[in-house]
Amino acid sequence: MSPPLLVAEEEGQSNASMVASASSQPLDRFSPNEARLKERNYLGLSDCSSVESSTAPSLSGGKKENLNLKATELRLGLPGSQSPERDPDLFSLNSAKLDEKPLFPLLPTKDGICSLSQKTVVSGNKRGFADTMDPEFPGNAGINMMLSPKPAGVQPTTVKEIPSKVLQERPSPANGTGHNHTGASISGSAPASKAQVVGWPPIRSFRKNSLATTSKNNDEVDGKPGPAALFVKVSMDGAPYLRKVDLRNYTTYLELSSALEKMFSCFTLGQCGSHGAPGREMLSESKLKDLLHGSEYVLTYEDKDGDWMLVGDVPWDMFIDTCKRLKIMKGSDAIGLAPRAMEKSRSRS
Amino acid sequence: MNYFPDEVIEHIFDYVLSHRDRNALSLVCKSWYRIERCTRQRVFIGNCYSITPERLIQRFPGLKSLTLKGKPHFADFSLVPYGWGGFVSPWIEALAKSRVGLEELRLKRMVVSDESLELLSRSFTHFKSLVLVSCEGFTTDGLAAIAANCRFLRELDLQENEVEDHKGQWLSCFPDSCTSLVSLNFACLKGEVSLGALERLVARSPNLKSLKLNRSVPLDALQRIMMRAPQLADLGIGSFAHDPESEAYIKLKNTILKCKSITSLSGFLEAAPHCLEAIYPICSNLTSLNMSYAAGIQGSDLIKLIRHCVKLQRLWIMDCIGDKGLSVVAMTCKDLQELRVFPSVHLGNPAAVTEEGLVAISKGCPKLHSLLYFCHQMTNAGLIEVAKNCPNFIRFRLCILDATKPDPDTMQPLDEGFGAIVQSCRRLRRLSLSGQLTDQVFLYIGMYAEKLEMLSIAFAGESDKGMVYVLNGCKKLRKLEIRDCPFGNMALLTDVGKYETMRSLWMSSCEVTVGACKLLAKKMPRLNVEIFNENEQEDCSLEDGQKVEKMYLYRTLAGKRKDAPEYVWTL
Repeated sequence: MSPPLLVAEEEGQSNASMVASASSQPLDRFSPNEARLKERNYLGLSDCSSVESSTAPSLSGGKKENLNLKATELRLGLPGSQSPERDPDLFSLNSAKLDEKPLFPLLPTKDGICSLSQKTVVSGNKRGFADTMDPEFPGNAGINMMLSPKPAGVQPTTVKEIPSKVLQERPSPANGTGHNHTGASISGSAPASKAQVVGWPPIRSFRKNSLATTSKNNDEVDGKPGPAALFVKVSMDGAPYLRKVDLRNYTTYLELSSALEKMFSCFTLGQCGSHGAPGREMLSESKLKDLLHGSEYVLTYEDKDGDWMLVGDVPWDMFIDTCKRLKIMKGSDAIGLAPRAMEKSRSRS
Repeated sequence: MNYFPDEVIEHIFDYVLSHRDRNALSLVCKSWYRIERCTRQRVFIGNCYSITPERLIQRFPGLKSLTLKGKPHFADFSLVPYGWGGFVSPWIEALAKSRVGLEELRLKRMVVSDESLELLSRSFTHFKSLVLVSCEGFTTDGLAAIAANCRFLRELDLQENEVEDHKGQWLSCFPDSCTSLVSLNFACLKGEVSLGALERLVARSPNLKSLKLNRSVPLDALQRIMMRAPQLADLGIGSFAHDPESEAYIKLKNTILKCKSITSLSGFLEAAPHCLEAIYPICSNLTSLNMSYAAGIQGSDLIKLIRHCVKLQRLWIMDCIGDKGLSVVAMTCKDLQELRVFPSVHLGNPAAVTEEGLVAISKGCPKLHSLLYFCHQMTNAGLIEVAKNCPNFIRFRLCILDATKPDPDTMQPLDEGFGAIVQSCRRLRRLSLSGQLTDQVFLYIGMYAEKLEMLSIAFAGESDKGMVYVLNGCKKLRKLEIRDCPFGNMALLTDVGKYETMRSLWMSSCEVTVGACKLLAKKMPRLNVEIFNENEQEDCSLEDGQKVEKMYLYRTLAGKRKDAPEYVWTL
């Protein structure tokens, strides 16, 4: 390391309009006294010594000191203004903070966000992660009124101490157009109170939207989170054995019925095994299709109550929720249902 | 060299291909400038507002390939409001009017309209290659125009664009005479395509090496396509879900066995875990695997798949693979050079990755040079070890999901860890930081990151000094993007000349004021200093003392741009 060089550069610079020396700030509002700088400087990095020290002084020591000094320190901030505590455990609520309230929030309270959290009057220019959480407005410029720079870099990811309220304030994550999408999804279970920031984590909007679509599609098919398979038995009158299908593989009735057609094509011609030549397969499949559309066969299912229902009446998600097994009935067994089946299959194809 | 005739020098210049080398050639002397500009075929413009199209055409009449980038990088994360700019139409119009025989156009983060695509398709008879990355503003009608009119089209590559689906059959617009396709990527399209047209197109494209399908292409169509294109090297699978006992699936498995030339797999946009085993036979040939969009696949399935991929050089994956999974990668993929681990945000997946996974990778994959790693936590010790094991990093992008999280073991900031990275990786060109960071890390960066060209900073630093260290120390810095850091006017104005050596600077939610930006703009007339004022109030006059929410400045020879929206104030 060559600290002297850097220090010299800083001091040597004479910018006509700005005093570049690091030890004094040119504008008034940048002039919190240096005593304060040092006090809040957890890592002991004062203006010059930071360059010389090769290892950061132990953090815990500094922090302890700080905590003790906090109550007595000379501050230019508003009474009651609280610099957010660094919270090592992200997901635990800092119970101490629940008691403190900002006495004079300088900001006009925007939709009560100020009243919700401690973050509003942050004395320092380094905004904590939580501070930027502002789902209502595109710009966060308003939040940070205290413009004095604070060298204390340890801004915590302040957990909202009233998470439920915050979640209500926030627009529904599912509808979020863009910025809070990711954060909302992260805050599924345990991190429910995690602050959400525009553009963080830095994932391309395209990726976020694309994956949201995929999980929505999966949900449509699944009806519940997680890609567990939903195998149901499929029986066909006259077939020597049953088959099983995974209802999650399909998203429409059409897909299901064409899959079943292919699966059971061998049985209609009295042949087992559909591994014949392609020509033969296609023949049997189309024959089955004709048979189905000619209402010789009807697709039915047994629902949770044990009743046999005609496939196709209810929306797909409802169907896979209630379907326990499938049965391809002969039309003759499905008298009364058959004409409707014909109409239904015609309108679907 | 002065004694050689121009033809000889031209011939020598033919061997000089990289943009930087060519730029250097043109600075040597006037005759070299002249010769270079007449022979230049490929031009790269990193900021479309840095120069006017007319000037480009004037200087490089022999232009054949143009690469343009538009919006700032942070536009990817919704930080740039709608309508900012980056319109390609002035470029295409100017090129169309000129005598330039454009053959290739590559755009990133630009706004492209159907009209522009139509004009493009009609204006250049030998147009061969269109690559659009993260663009928006066009529909499938524009694609139809490209398909229909570009008779010698070789490449149509659409990566992560927002394309409106107009339900026309754009794929069917490729005429029967079009047999020149080498690369077709429409994975980002949301709508359906005519499967028949697709299969016929593939059948008449014997040179097709790269094909990436969208999620509307079902498994049985995939099988038929693969049958017709056994020469494919790069495949993007759309839908990969089917009953494993179905004929279609069995046929696919058999077909895959024949596709021995596939070395790159991606997509799996709709994938069922049990179908993955169909790919196992070709995994041992793969050098590139992108499972980062495969939402339905669990970590255990990924691990099973990875075990077969012994030749992998590039792996894009989701963090559901977990630290254990990354250990498997480290054991299996000894040639790994590029790794990207994306967060599976939509599932709130608990099995995310930490420093453990990264350390394991660094131990097993010493050739690693590019990393994008989204994780829940990172330690200094971990970073130090990674730096020791992998000194070859060119790109190192670490994103801790909790942006200001310190080292969980020591509760220290991550200064030392990142310091070790920049100190060890002397070839580092791109760096993204996260976690709790003080000014110290910037001191390290300024001191050691001599080759650094792009730096992304968020929620870091303590004072102006941090930014000053970087501006002073990183001589090769081209792009600096900063959000939510306590850097203010002093840092901004410390070295105003520096910004003309860089492409651009982005600062949002920092401590910079309007007055300082105005001053900077006044001092540096060849910079465009843009402030975004998203305040909805009508009479928003910018007072000098007001803090700037978003500022984007870039060097330019084109002056103030005329297409800026209302909220952009160019000072």
